[in-house]
Amino acid sequence: MDTITVLLVLLALSVAGFFLGRRRSHAVAAGEGGARALHSLPKHYGYMAALWALLPALGLLVLWAVFESSILANVVIGELPDQVQQLPESERGLYFNQVVSYARGAIDAAQLDHVQVTAAEHYRQLLASSARFKALLVSLVAVVGGLLALRRIAPKLRARNHVENIFKWMLFACSFLAVLTTLGIVLSVLFEALRFFQKVPVSDFLFGLEWSPQMAIRPDQVAASGSFGFVPLLVGTLLISTVAMLIAVPVGLMSAIYLSEYATRRFRSVTKPVLEILAGVPTVVYGFFAALTVAPFIRELGESLGLTVASESALAAGLVMGIMIIPFVMSLSDDIINAVPDSMREASLGMGATMNETIRKVLLPAALPGIVGGVLLAVSRAIGETMIVVMAAGLSARLTINPLEAVTTITVQIVTLLVGDQEFDSPKTLAAFALGLVLFFVTLLLNVVALYVVRKYREQYE
Amino acid sequence: MNSTNEGASASHSSAAIKASLKKRYARERRFQWYGRMAVLTGFVFLLVLLVDIVGKGYPAFTQQYIRVTVDFSAEQLGVAPGASEEQLAAANYLGVIKNSLRAMFPEVDSRKEKRQLYRLVSVGAEYQLRDMLLADPQLLGQTREVWLQAHSEAGSYLKGQVSAASAEADRKVKDVQMAWLDQLRAQGRTESRFNTTFFTAGDSREPEMAGIKVALYGSFFTLLVTFLIAFPIGVSAAVYLEEFAPRNRLTDLIEININNLAAVPSIVFGLLGLAVFINFFELPRSAPLVGGIVLSLMTLPTIIITSRAAIQSVSPSIREAALGVGASKLQTVFHHVLPVAMPGILTGSIIGMAQALGESAPLLMIGMVAFIMDVPAGVTDPATVLPVQIYLWADSPERGFTEKTSAAIMVLMGFLIVMNALAIYLRKRFELK
Amino acid sequence: MDTGRQQEAAAAGAQAREPLDIRDHGSVGDAYQTIGAPFVDDAKMSARHVNVYYGEKHAITDVSLDIGRNEVIAMIGPSGCGKSTFLRTLNRMNDIIPICRVEGQFYLDGEDIYSQDQDTVLLRARVGMVFQKPNPFPKSIYENVAYGPRIHGLAHNKAEMDEIVESSLRRAGLFEEVKDQLDKPGTGLSGGQQQRLCIARAIAVSPEVILMDEPCSALDPIATARIEELIDELKDNYTIAIVTHSMQQAARVSQRTAYFHLGKLIEVGDTKQIFTMPEHELTENYITGRFG
Repeated sequence: MDTITVLLVLLALSVAGFFLGRRRSHAVAAGEGGARALHSLPKHYGYMAALWALLPALGLLVLWAVFESSILANVVIGELPDQVQQLPESERGLYFNQVVSYARGAIDAAQLDHVQVTAAEHYRQLLASSARFKALLVSLVAVVGGLLALRRIAPKLRARNHVENIFKWMLFACSFLAVLTTLGIVLSVLFEALRFFQKVPVSDFLFGLEWSPQMAIRPDQVAASGSFGFVPLLVGTLLISTVAMLIAVPVGLMSAIYLSEYATRRFRSVTKPVLEILAGVPTVVYGFFAALTVAPFIRELGESLGLTVASESALAAGLVMGIMIIPFVMSLSDDIINAVPDSMREASLGMGATMNETIRKVLLPAALPGIVGGVLLAVSRAIGETMIVVMAAGLSARLTINPLEAVTTITVQIVTLLVGDQEFDSPKTLAAFALGLVLFFVTLLLNVVALYVVRKYREQYE
Repeated sequence: MNSTNEGASASHSSAAIKASLKKRYARERRFQWYGRMAVLTGFVFLLVLLVDIVGKGYPAFTQQYIRVTVDFSAEQLGVAPGASEEQLAAANYLGVIKNSLRAMFPEVDSRKEKRQLYRLVSVGAEYQLRDMLLADPQLLGQTREVWLQAHSEAGSYLKGQVSAASAEADRKVKDVQMAWLDQLRAQGRTESRFNTTFFTAGDSREPEMAGIKVALYGSFFTLLVTFLIAFPIGVSAAVYLEEFAPRNRLTDLIEININNLAAVPSIVFGLLGLAVFINFFELPRSAPLVGGIVLSLMTLPTIIITSRAAIQSVSPSIREAALGVGASKLQTVFHHVLPVAMPGILTGSIIGMAQALGESAPLLMIGMVAFIMDVPAGVTDPATVLPVQIYLWADSPERGFTEKTSAAIMVLMGFLIVMNALAIYLRKRFELK
Repeated sequence: MDTGRQQEAAAAGAQAREPLDIRDHGSVGDAYQTIGAPFVDDAKMSARHVNVYYGEKHAITDVSLDIGRNEVIAMIGPSGCGKSTFLRTLNRMNDIIPICRVEGQFYLDGEDIYSQDQDTVLLRARVGMVFQKPNPFPKSIYENVAYGPRIHGLAHNKAEMDEIVESSLRRAGLFEEVKDQLDKPGTGLSGGQQQRLCIARAIAVSPEVILMDEPCSALDPIATARIEELIDELKDNYTIAIVTHSMQQAARVSQRTAYFHLGKLIEVGDTKQIFTMPEHELTENYITGRFG
C-alpha cells in the first residue's frame, strides 16, 4: 500500500468516526431526554471522534515517512561486507545510493556488483514490509483513537470545548511554523557550515584574500587546491550594493518627497502605482536586462570614453539592482515622511520657511532615524539579491573597488557552488552553506536593527 | 509703548528677508526640479525596461516557414513499400529533406555550402515529416509541398533581424544563405506564422523548437503546492495571532520570526530546501513538490502579515454580536470574522503567489534548473518553472534564445499583471464595503 | 499635497459641520450684520468680506474685521465656528490645504496680502503663528529659536545669532529657565516651556503680528497663567490675535473680542463690553454658558 492509499483509508476511518460519534451521542442522550441533554451539539461529538481517529495516526504516518528511509538504509548498510564498511563515508554513500536506485528500478543491474544487487533485493523486501507495517499500524492507531473517543462520549462531556481546543492547538502549530522555519534555516546552514569549518579553518575563511573554490577532480589533489577566502566576496557584494544604493536612495527618497509634499493628488495616484510596477518585476527579468542590455551599453559607453569596462561590470549589476530597489526605498520613505506630524510642517511654513527649507531642515532631520532604518532594509535586500548578480556579475573573485571591473558576490558563489552536479561533503559544496550562514546572519542583523529603529521611530510620533 | 522701536526692527528684518528671497525661491525651484527628475528617472527606467523586453521579445511570437517539395518515396526514405509503422518511424527523413533542398538549389555542390543549405530548415523538420507520414501512411510514394520550420538563424534573417550590411564573420547567417533565402522569398516559398511551437513545446537545444509548455506546467504545479500549503497555514497562523494568541514571550518570538522571515534573502530558503527536504527527507530533486514547499515557506510571512491586517480591520461589533448570541470564539472567527476578511486575505495571498511565481533563486538550489523536455505529470516529476526557464535561456548564446527569453518574460509578466490586477480589484471591492 | 493631510482637512471641515441645534439659541440667516465695532481707526490688519470654503463646505461667511495696532484681539465661539480658520487666513496658512478656497480682501498695513505679487514667505515672517499644540522641532532649544533667523538670513554671524536667540528666549520669558541647556532637545521641556519656546521661535524673526491658535489648550493652569502673562507683555511690541475657547482667558488677555458662530462673525467689541453687556442673543447665550 502506498502512502496515498494509507491516507485515503485514514480519511475514511475519520469520516466513519464522525458518523459513529454523532450516532453514539444520540444514543447516550436518548436515556436522558434526547439531544437537549447533551452538553454540545451531536456533530461536535462526531468531530471529536473524527479528530481522535485522524490526528494520532497522521502523526505516526509523518514520523514514519521521516525516519523510514534512514532506518532502512542503516539496516542494509550494516549488512554490507566489511570492505564496503571501511570505505570513506562519501564513497560508501555513493555505493549505497546505487543500491537504492536499483531497488527503485531507476538503474540497470549491469551497473552494480553482486553485493549491491543482493543488498538491493533485501532493501526492496524491507521497503515492502515497512509499507505493510505502516498501513497496518496507522490503521490500528486510527481505529483505537476513534474507539477511545467513542467510549468517552457521555452527555456531560464538553465535546465542543474539546474540539475547539484541538483546533486552537492546530492554529498555534501553524503560527509556530515560522519559528521552526527560522530554526530549520539556522540548523541547516549551521551544520553544513560547521562541517566546512572542520576542513577549512574559520580564520582562513573570514580573513583570506583569495577565493577559488575550483577543486581538482582527483581526490589526491583535494588538499592541493581551492582557497576559501571570504574577503573578496564581501568586497564584491558591498561594491555592487553600494552602487545600487547610490541609485536607489537618492531617486527613491526624492521621489517620495516629491510625491508626498509637492505632487497633486491626481499625479500621485497615477505615478505611485506605476513606479511600484518596478517592485513587481521578477528579479530574473532584471538579471536579463542587466546582462543583455545594460552591461553591453555601459561597456560601449565606457569604451567610447576610453575606459576599459568589464563586460560583467559591477556597475551594470549595481545599477539594475538600484532600479529594482527604487520602489522599495520610495514606499518606505513615503511612510516614514508621512509619519512626521503635520504640526512640524505647519510650524515651519508658518514662520515663512519655503517648502524645501521645511523638508530639508525639519522633515528630513525628524525622519532621519526612520529613513536610516529603511535604507538598512534596502541594503539587506541588495546583499541578499541573487538573480541579478548571478546573471550579470562575474564569477571569479577579484579584490577591487573599481565598479568598472567584474566582481563576484556571496549569492553568486552560493549558486555556482550548488547548481549542477555536486559532491556532498566536498569543501566546495559545504562552502556554499558557510556563505549562506554569513549571508543569513548579516541580513538578519540588518533586519533586526532596521525593524527596531523603524518601530522606535514610529512610536515616537504615535 | 515703543511701537516705533518694534516697527524699525521688523522693517529691518523685512528688508533682509526680501533681499534673500530671490535666492531662496531659486533653491525651491531647483529642489522641486530634483524631485521631478527623480520621479522621471523611475519612469524612464521602467519604460526602457519594458520597451527593451517587448522590443526583443515580440518577434518570437512569429515563426518562419519554408515551403519545400518533399518526395516521400520509399526509396528516398530507405524503407520498403508497405513498411511497418516501426520502420516508418526510423526512416531516413533527414535524407529526404536534404534531397529536397538540393533539388531547389541544384547549383550548390561544395560540402561546405551544402551544409549551409541544410541549415536553412530546423533540425526538427525531420520529426515533422515523420509525424506527417505516421499520421497518414498513404503519403508514402507521393510528393507533397510541405511547410517546414525554418532554422532559427534563417528565421531571424527572414524576420529582418539580421542585415546583410554587417560583416559576414559577425553573423551566423552567411551571404550565400541570405541569397537563397531571398530567392525563396521571391518564389513565395517563405511564410511567417504565429509561433504555436512556443506554447506547445518543452525546452530544446534549438531555439526554433523551444517552448515554454513544460515551464508553464512546472510553474502551475509549483504554485499549486505553494498555495495548498501556504494559504491554509498562513490564514490559520494569522487567525491564531490575531484572535487567540496570549500576550507572552512565545507570541512575541513568533511575531519577530515572521517579520524577519519576510526579509530573509530568498536564496537562504533555497539552502533550507536543499539541506532539509532534499538531503534529509530525501524528497525528489527538481520536483515541483520541493519547489512548492520552499516557496510556501517564503510566501508564508506575506500571507500571514496581510491576513492579519485583513482580520484586524474587521469591525469588533461583528465579533461582539456573534459572541453575544452565544457563539464560541472559534465559531465567531470562522463563521463571521473570516468571511468578512476573506477578500483582504485573498488579496494578500494573490500578491504572495505572484511573488512566488516570479521567484527563481531558491529553485536553483533545489535543482529545478534541469534541462527538461517532457511535460511533468505530477508534483514529483522533474520540472522547471517559467522564471528558471528564462534564466536558462538567458544564458544561451544563440540570438534565437534572446528572443525566446524576452517572449517568456512577456508571458511571465502577463501572468503577474493579471494576478496583481485581480488583487487590486479585490482590494477595491473590499474597501468599498 | 498628501492625501492623508487632505483627509484631515476634510475631517476638520466635517467637524465644522458638527450638528449644533441653533434654533434653541436663536439663529442668524444667510445675510447678516455683525453687531458692534468690527472696524478700528488704526488697523494693523484688515479683512473684508471673507468667505472660506473647504471643498463644498462653506466654513466662513462674509466676515469683515479689523485688528488694531498693538492690541490683543480674542476670537471666541463654539468649536467649529470658524475662528481658527479665520485666523489661518491671516497669514495664508490655508494655502497649504489644497481643497481650501479663500475669498475676500486682506490688508496688512494697507498692503493686499492675497495679491499676486505678495510673497507668502515674507508675509509669514511678518505675521507669525503659534499653534494649539506645542510643536517644537526635534532639535536643540537653540536650534529651534535659530531656525527662523537662519532660513531668513537674519543673522550674519554666530554672535548675532546668539543675541537673537537670547533676546527671543528672554522676551518669551524662557531664557532664565533654559540658559544652561540650550543644546538640549526642545522636545524635552515641559508642555508650558515648549509653548513658550514656540513663541520665542515665532518672535525670533521679528514678526509684526503674532497669531495664536488656542495656545493654552494643551497646558495646565499654571503654564496657562504664565503664557497669559507673556501675552500681556508682548502686546507692547506686537499685534496679537488669539483664538481661545476659554472665555476667562479672552477676558483676561484681550482688549477686543470677536464672537464667531457657525462661520459668521456675530459680534465684535471691547472685551469688557462683550462680557458684561453682549448685544446679540447668541453671544449672550455663549458667554453665559448655555452652549459652547
